[in-house]
Amino acid sequence: MKRITTIETRDLKKSMENGGCGECQTSCSKVACKN
Amino acid sequence: MVHQYKLNGYNIVLDVYSGSVHCVDDVAYDIIQLFCTEEKPAIVERIMEKYGDRDDVTKAEVEAVIEDIEALKAAGKLFTDDVFEPKATELKERHTEIKALCLHVAHTCNLNCSYCFASQGHFNGTDGLMSLETGKRAIDFLIENSKGRHNLEVDFFGGEPLMNWEVVKGIVRYARSVEKAHDKNFRFTLTTNGVGIDEDVIDFANKEMHNVVLSLDGRKEVHDRLRRFTDGSGSYDVIVPKFKRLVESRGGKGYYMRGTYTHNNVDFTNDIFHMADLGFTELSMEPVVCSPDDPFALTEEDLPKLFEQYEILAKEMIKRKKEGRGFTFYHYMIDLTHGPCIYKRISGCGSGTEYFAVTPWGDLYPCHQFVGDESYRMGDIWQGVTNEEKRREFKLCNVYAREECRDCWARLYCSGGCAANAYHATGDIRGVYEYGCELFKKRMECAVMIQVAESMEDAEEKAR
Repeated sequence: MKRITTIETRDLKKSMENGGCGECQTSCSKVACKN
Repeated sequence: MVHQYKLNGYNIVLDVYSGSVHCVDDVAYDIIQLFCTEEKPAIVERIMEKYGDRDDVTKAEVEAVIEDIEALKAAGKLFTDDVFEPKATELKERHTEIKALCLHVAHTCNLNCSYCFASQGHFNGTDGLMSLETGKRAIDFLIENSKGRHNLEVDFFGGEPLMNWEVVKGIVRYARSVEKAHDKNFRFTLTTNGVGIDEDVIDFANKEMHNVVLSLDGRKEVHDRLRRFTDGSGSYDVIVPKFKRLVESRGGKGYYMRGTYTHNNVDFTNDIFHMADLGFTELSMEPVVCSPDDPFALTEEDLPKLFEQYEILAKEMIKRKKEGRGFTFYHYMIDLTHGPCIYKRISGCGSGTEYFAVTPWGDLYPCHQFVGDESYRMGDIWQGVTNEEKRREFKLCNVYAREECRDCWARLYCSGGCAANAYHATGDIRGVYEYGCELFKKRMECAVMIQVAESMEDAEEKAR
C-alpha cells in the first residue's frame, strides 16, 4: 500500500531561478505567482 | 526542517525549505518523526513494537518506508536544508521599485466603529479629503518610481473613500489616460463600509475596480454592536442590501467581504456562515488588533476556541464545496503549485519598500497602519522618500531578521508577519506579534489540509 503521497507543489529552490520578477501583487490583515 | 500535524483524518508533513507537502499514513508519520534522531535499526524496532500486531506492518515494509523517506530526502523534498538565507541579504539591495500605493482619499468617515485602527477615519489627526491634484501627482509619483514594473496597484482607502468619490473617479481617469504611454497596467481596488454605495458607484466600480473590499462583520447583532453611525444606530440594514446589489452586478466576482472578529464573537465561523447564507461567497474574517485594555480585545483564553473555529471552518468548507455551495476564505486560498516564489516569501508584503500609503496631503507612510505616526513619515509624493533610515529599516525587515522565527515552520508562509502588528505589539517592526503568529499557524495548517483533502480525493476519484 502507498504510505506516502507527495502533493504537487512549487519547488522553492527552483524559484530562485524562475522567481523574483516582482510583478505579483503586493500582499497584506486590501503572502502564503504562473511559474 | 519539517512540520508534522494531524487534522481532519489526514497526517500531513510539510517540508519547510522545499515547500513540499506530503500526506502519510500513521506508520510513515511515526518513522518521519524518528528519522533524524534514531538509527535505522532502532526505528524499525520502535515501529514494530508499536504496529507489529498489524498484518500490513512487517519489518521489510518498515525498511521500505525508510528507503522511501531517504529517496525523498535525496530528491530535495524532505528534510531539506535552508539555502535561502544568503538571498535575504541580497534582498536588502534590490526591489526598490515602488509598485503599489494606498491612497487615503478621505480621512473622515460616516461610521463610528469602536475598533477602528484609523481612529474613526482621521488617524489621530485632522479630517481631510485628498484633492484631485494631489491624487494625480500620486499617480505620477508611482509611475516615476516603478521603473520597469508593468503591473501597478492603487488602493482607494480611508477613512471612507466614497466620501470623496468624485476625486476617486478623477484619479482613475487620469491614470487610465497616461498608463499606455508608460507601458503600465493599473489595478484599482476600493475598500468601503458600503454606506455610500449607489448606482454611480456600482457602475464605475464594475468598469474600473479590479476588486472591492466590503466591510461586514457577519450576523446583524455582531455587526451592529461595533459598526455604528455617529448617532449610535447600527449600519447592517443600510449596507447589506447595497452589498448584495453590488456583488450581484459584478457577477459574484472581484470582491470580498472583510469582517473583523473580536472577543465578543469568538464563534466567528457563525458570522462567516451567515455571510455565505446571504449569498456572499468571497469571504474573510480577521482578528481585531487593538489595545489589550479594550473590552473587545482577544484574550489568551480565547485562543483554543479560535483554533477550534478555524478547524470547523475548514471542514465546513470542504463539505459545502462537495454540496455545490462552496465559498472561499481569504486565508485558505493557497496555491501550492503556483504560489509565491522564494523572493516573495522572504521579503513579505513590501511595506515601506514597494508599497506606501499616501495621506490626503501627499505624505508617505510605510503602510496604511502607520499613517498618523509622525516617526514613520517617509517623505511625500513631491520630494519622494526622504527618510532613508526608515526605508532601510523596512528593507532589512524580512523573515531572516527575526531571531524568534529561526525555528518556526511557518516562516516561509508568513514571511515574518505584519510589520505594523509587530510594531504596535512590541514597539519594533522586527518584533514578533505572538498572538497573531499562533492564529496564522493554525490557519496555515487548515489551509494546507484543505489542499491535501482535495488532492487525495481527486487521486481516489481517478483510481476508481
